[in-house]
Amino acid sequence: MQNLLEINNLKITTLRGKSTVRLLDKVDLSIRKKCSFGIVGESGCGKSITANAILGLLPYPLRVSEGSIRYDSKAGEMELLKLDRKQLREVRGQEISMIFQEPMTSLDPIFTVEMQMYEALSFHHPHMTKAEMREKSLDMLRQVNIPRPEQTLASYPHQLSGGQLQRIMIAIALINDPRLLLADEPTTALDVTIQAQILRLMNDLKERNDTSIIMITHDLGVIAETCEEVAVFYAGQIVEQANVVELFKQTAHPYTQGLLQAVTSLGGESRKLYTIPGIVPPGGQWAQGCRFSDRCSRCTEKCRQAMPALTEASPGHLCRCFLHSEEVEA
Amino acid sequence: MRDYIIRRLLGLIPILIGISIAIFVVMQLIPGDVVSGILGIEQTPELREMWEKKLGLDQPLVQQYFNWITKALRGDFGESFRTGAPVFPEIVSRFKISAELAVLACIIAWIIALPLGILSSLKRNSVIDRIVRVVALMGVSIPNFASATLLILFLAKGFNYHTPVKYVSLFENFGGNMQIVLLPAFVLGSVMAGSVMRMTRSSMLEVLRQDYIKSVRAKGAPERVTIFRHAFRNSSIPIVTLIGMQIGSLMGGTVVIEQIFSIPGLGQLTLTGISQRDFPVVQGCVLFIAFVYVIVNLLVDILYTYIDPRISYS
Repeated sequence: MQNLLEINNLKITTLRGKSTVRLLDKVDLSIRKKCSFGIVGESGCGKSITANAILGLLPYPLRVSEGSIRYDSKAGEMELLKLDRKQLREVRGQEISMIFQEPMTSLDPIFTVEMQMYEALSFHHPHMTKAEMREKSLDMLRQVNIPRPEQTLASYPHQLSGGQLQRIMIAIALINDPRLLLADEPTTALDVTIQAQILRLMNDLKERNDTSIIMITHDLGVIAETCEEVAVFYAGQIVEQANVVELFKQTAHPYTQGLLQAVTSLGGESRKLYTIPGIVPPGGQWAQGCRFSDRCSRCTEKCRQAMPALTEASPGHLCRCFLHSEEVEA
Repeated sequence: MRDYIIRRLLGLIPILIGISIAIFVVMQLIPGDVVSGILGIEQTPELREMWEKKLGLDQPLVQQYFNWITKALRGDFGESFRTGAPVFPEIVSRFKISAELAVLACIIAWIIALPLGILSSLKRNSVIDRIVRVVALMGVSIPNFASATLLILFLAKGFNYHTPVKYVSLFENFGGNMQIVLLPAFVLGSVMAGSVMRMTRSSMLEVLRQDYIKSVRAKGAPERVTIFRHAFRNSSIPIVTLIGMQIGSLMGGTVVIEQIFSIPGLGQLTLTGISQRDFPVVQGCVLFIAFVYVIVNLLVDILYTYIDPRISYS
């Protein structure tokens, strides 16, 4: 396989009462090896569930109804959606790791950091001795710049700060040298100075360990700082996808333009903060035609009737908008 | 921790004194008195006076209470008005029987409730979950005197089996003792099981939603580890609290069951004491039950610190 991860035609549904509601619609993504890939969009666009689906972590009653997720593992190519429980466990934490939005609640409150780090090792290396696990854990804590690793190992999560906990989560995620790290809004719950440190740390570790990262965020600033490629999600679909420089310079989709306008910038002339009118409609209540049509300032009659296809606006730059192509989604 | 335990035990003193005053007042308020009960139809004013003097009932109420409490503080709970036997040894021997019943009921309840509660939370909205929920609801809502009577009838009519009436102690005759105790323990246990099951299910569902469960799974944990080491342990605090309260109430709250299965436990002693207006017996029983209740809850509070390191009483 040329790419590390290939998601094809992924559809995720949930149950609302007795009816099935689609939350993610025909998503295709390819993640290159040693690449950091950004997924950006407002809350409820399907970013997180895409990441959860990769590791089979969708909470009940969400499920993948169609599609494939192929992954090039250390042992060879595999279809993640067809793995049995045991194979899936081997992938989790060893091939693909994940870190979450809320570091304060991502570690089990009743166990020490030590125990939770050892756990990550022992699930995949049952014969590792205590001393080896300790050495490896201390090494990881040093790599994520935890100041007093011995003391931190003996601490419980409630004794540590959010920034420290997210570093520990990163250390746990990377302890088995995974090839892919799924970062689900890893800096959203942290204050701004810590955010920058965590992002820098993730960039460093990625370079050092050749790990690919899928960075899920609603913050284009985070994307600009860390990613090489970006997919913009809206209402369960990809609406734009491009190289990060291209995306910021030649923004094609009105939704992405709206997101960019909504970014606060320091030092610019002071103006009222731009917001895109309206909210993301919940799954099952998406607009006919283009799903962004309700909120789009450049919406036409055609947009309300037909859904535009995701086509190339320029080489390597995909966009789902009639402003760039007349093609209608099949 | 040691200071905390001492503080809690000292806190017990005002509670017990308060309860004893309440019992004393209530015993005065209920109609009928012990002397009429003892004398029956042969009452004469002279005999009556003699007995009242003998039991100290001729003194002013405050004096009566004061006499009792000063002795009680020295560990002497007095003698039964009715039998003249010292109250405390009687309570202790009855307590052993009630305690056995309670422990057995708890074990039965846990064996039924914990696995089913966990299973039900894991297979949410499945057929198993629905069945478990209905059964749990039945356990909670059918009064235990009804299920006890039905069970006795069912065994008698269906299998011609009659529970023995004469109580034998656990250490004298294990088999005989079990024949007597197992059925009432099962009835009490099934009621407990209902609420423990419901608590386990809802507490597990709450914890299974937490981020740290997802991150444990994302580390590649086997389901067994996720469920028992992480989810169950985290959801056990409300379960332990509930169980603590249940054990406490089992001590005094098994009157009806003890009556139905003719088990000479603490509940029966209390009930007899009340109907005979035997003040020292009632007072002793209620204080003892209150004491056990508080001790069990103290143990539960101490247990919290082992379950959850965030809880400390320093």
